Amino acid sequence: MGERAKRLALVASKGSLDQAYPPLILASTAAAMGWEVGIFFTFYGLDILHKKRLEHLQVSPVGNPAMPPPIPAIPMLKVPTLMGALPGMTAMATTMMKGWMAKAKMPTIKEMLDLCVEADVQLIACATTMGVMGITQADLIPAAKCAGATTFLDYAADADVSLFI
Amino acid sequence: MVADGQIAKRLDCQGLVCPYPIIELARAIKSVDTGAIVELLATDPGSVRDVEAFQKRTGHQLVEQSQANGVFRFLVRRAK
Repeated sequence: MGERAKRLALVASKGSLDQAYPPLILASTAAAMGWEVGIFFTFYGLDILHKKRLEHLQVSPVGNPAMPPPIPAIPMLKVPTLMGALPGMTAMATTMMKGWMAKAKMPTIKEMLDLCVEADVQLIACATTMGVMGITQADLIPAAKCAGATTFLDYAADADVSLFI
Repeated sequence: MVADGQIAKRLDCQGLVCPYPIIELARAIKSVDTGAIVELLATDPGSVRDVEAFQKRTGHQLVEQSQANGVFRFLVRRAK
């Protein structure tokens, strides 16, 4: 051996269900390949580490012109923004996405987090966001460590792959 | 051709999608001795390229690969 392992540095800044999966999937896959991985959760990404919120992440069709309604027969059909703003539409879109995930046997957000923790992925919570949004260490899963941008930049400076989500 | 008796561990990841097949493969490789072979069965079409990339990055060897009825079979030997 003697060769340094690759390092992946990720920023997870979004808290919607469709944006919570990519950082966790990339992290767990890189870890499976023996890479060092660190995810810096900031802004709404902090919800992914939030004990009470992480199992209730949602996705909205509003301003999300890629989101389709559950009518697979018409592939081009997407949810128009005004319709997406109607009451109940966010819940419907979230239920639909959870259904896709279950059908494809994708793990839940909680299961993905457990996989990451088991694989020694560093889960770093942005201290500034915690202050701005009134989130305390007790609100976050035990594996989360609190740090600032300097810590992330220092980690990313030696990373082979750095991604912002 | 690797004989059945030479396979140290069998993984059935049929129906599972990325990242599961690779995550399970990585776990299984860690659990066998160096030089031992792990068999992975998967239906995820992405797994073909994923296993090749896994091999390239980790140094473990893809000894054999075959496909039958939509099921991909990979034999990977732990290199170190």
